[in-house]
Amino acid sequence: MSAAFAHRHLLAIEGMGPDDIDLLLDAAETHVEVNRGEVKKGASLRGRTVINLFFENSTRTRTSFELAGKRLGADVINMSVATSSVKKGETLIDTAMTLNAMHVDVLVVRHPESGAVHLLSEKVNCSVINGGDGTHEHPTQALLDALAIRRRKGRLGGLSVAICGDVAHSRVARSNIHLLNIMGARVRVVAPPTLLPANIDRMGVEVFHDMARGLAGCDIVMMLRLQTERMQGALVPSTREYFHFFGLDRDKLAVAQPDALVMHPGPMNRGIEIDSVIADDIDRSLIREQVEMGVAVRMACLEALVEHRQTLRND
Amino acid sequence: MRLLFRAGRVIAPEAGTDRVEDVLVENGVIADRGPALLPDDLLGNPPADVEVIDARGLCLAPGLVDMRVQLREPGEEHKENIASATAAAAAGGVTSLACLPNTEPVIDEPSLVEFIARRAAETGRARVYAYGAITRGRAGKHLTEMGLMTAAGAVGFTDSPHTVADARVLRRALGYASTFDQLILNHPEEPTLAAGGAMTEGEIATRLGLPAIPAAAEAIQIERDLRLVELTGGRYHAGPLTTAASIEAVRAAKRRGVAVTADTAPHYFALNETAIGDYRTFTKVSPPLRSEWDRRAVVDALKDGTIDVIASDHSPQDQDSKRLPFQQAEFGMIGLETLLPLGLELVHNGFLTLGALIAALSANPARILRRPGGTLAKGAPADLVLFDAAKPWRIDEKAFRSKSKNSPFDGRPVQGRVIGTWLGGRRVYGAAS
Repeated sequence: MSAAFAHRHLLAIEGMGPDDIDLLLDAAETHVEVNRGEVKKGASLRGRTVINLFFENSTRTRTSFELAGKRLGADVINMSVATSSVKKGETLIDTAMTLNAMHVDVLVVRHPESGAVHLLSEKVNCSVINGGDGTHEHPTQALLDALAIRRRKGRLGGLSVAICGDVAHSRVARSNIHLLNIMGARVRVVAPPTLLPANIDRMGVEVFHDMARGLAGCDIVMMLRLQTERMQGALVPSTREYFHFFGLDRDKLAVAQPDALVMHPGPMNRGIEIDSVIADDIDRSLIREQVEMGVAVRMACLEALVEHRQTLRND
Repeated sequence: MRLLFRAGRVIAPEAGTDRVEDVLVENGVIADRGPALLPDDLLGNPPADVEVIDARGLCLAPGLVDMRVQLREPGEEHKENIASATAAAAAGGVTSLACLPNTEPVIDEPSLVEFIARRAAETGRARVYAYGAITRGRAGKHLTEMGLMTAAGAVGFTDSPHTVADARVLRRALGYASTFDQLILNHPEEPTLAAGGAMTEGEIATRLGLPAIPAAAEAIQIERDLRLVELTGGRYHAGPLTTAASIEAVRAAKRRGVAVTADTAPHYFALNETAIGDYRTFTKVSPPLRSEWDRRAVVDALKDGTIDVIASDHSPQDQDSKRLPFQQAEFGMIGLETLLPLGLELVHNGFLTLGALIAALSANPARILRRPGGTLAKGAPADLVLFDAAKPWRIDEKAFRSKSKNSPFDGRPVQGRVIGTWLGGRRVYGAAS
């Protein structure tokens, strides 16, 4: 890497610049090739300790970070903290104190509360990567989505991207909206008003409540996961009504560009927000590649933060 | 012993005057007020029984009356108790305060009203009044013994910071309380719209990914309550008011002649939602900090008198209640010791006259609560605050008398500092001159 990543933590896409994002995506690109080779293990993080601290269940993201760390030669430890205990916050601060004593290099944190990772980053002396906090941000997901798009489309700027579904409760949507705006893409959100947060238009998106209009002419369709408990009358009346109006199927996708690509952060609710025929269509679906890019992007993020720590130490 | 405050800028809300004069205190009450009460030749050598306090260049006003304070005693004395709260009050120039019934146990019966009065008398630093709960346990269902609590000294009734949601219960409360000509306050937040919310709804909440409370939740509650007040003819006090729409509802009701008064707190005119920044939990209050547009409406409402009172909304929270992810953190900030300097920002910025500010901080709440204070009339208790309105300083949490330090104003440069506070002619704060 020529330029260096100049942040101690990776907490949010909001506030990053296009150079930061290009730097991480370019670095990730090199890891994609290595990951596809036979010998995948490098040594750039040998002797470093990465802890995956997950206050919320996640197999996919945790595995992705674990693999990323191990492929760079780091010692990776997974810690799952039960969030069912009465006072979650005490655990959070107490955990920070404990980790400080362990001389960790990078901490990857997922937490069900917005801002919890930021709070933790103020209390620990290592670098922190936000692995998803509440409904706030999930920066590495947006980076891996961007990498997947860039590899297929050759660019991010100028693309028209429709983000569909439960934007209100989605940290993935927020990080993607920020990143795509920073990189010059045009972003739309498509959902019924009950699934959109207030003033979402102020984040630089066009708002649609109808898939036919929202998807018209777009290059990328990003579907979001809708939790089943929100579909039984709370925010939408039923799963069948939701799929009828907002589920992605061939008919709805037909109004997008002929080469439009479909993405989903997973895990998918097949037949609710996305039809299996589309999810499994290798010409249209980027879903498998998203997972692959996840490891590469997380390797780039881990490396960037460790290098930054090193430069600070050398100064 | 007599006290003579010499040549201060004296703000007397009952007379509507703001001029340089002397104030003489005798036997704990205001004995006289006027220019040069003590002849100049006696100043250097005053009578032995007169303590002369040189108030030149300083302001002298009635002690502040803070009608919205959470005491935490009984039940949460690790956050605050009556001794620490009244020490904070004295340091802030507050000589009377009314506490919300959200203690543990809830102040919902006469013995607890008496308990507060007894504990306050022991400390002797401020007059402390209690609101009784409207409903038993503040559970929103069964009316409390309002008559007996009134007899025990309750200054009004509220379930705040809970809202009495059930319209029928509030209707009955307003009607029943009117038997005793008592005041009803209801937390201005429609609870189903506010449920789970941590900040005001809008772009910032959306960016932070925090569950939000629409500003309309306040106007909806206030408008419903005002209709019930018209139905019952009860006395109703709205607050803290924080939105343009709820203020407009109160303004319209006042125009119709409804018996309604209103308050706000300094954070609703000194801060807006952007103060939350990166999830600063000290800015988490109920109702939440609002948009800049709403903040300006609060200032305008203080200017035109729609909002009668500025109260601190003092809500002590310890570190364990605030050093949490934003959504889990408790609501509230302390305010007794910052009430006057933050209020003075309105004067320094040209929005209020000093007289209007002092009325909103003393005379108006005293009148609404029907308790002594807020006046410098002859014969009134000598509850006084002497302050330097121009003095620049920085708010410093380390200097707070409150047990809890949850103030987002720590470090804020302000102008105006309390020099001394007197309760019934007795100095309760400030070094002897």
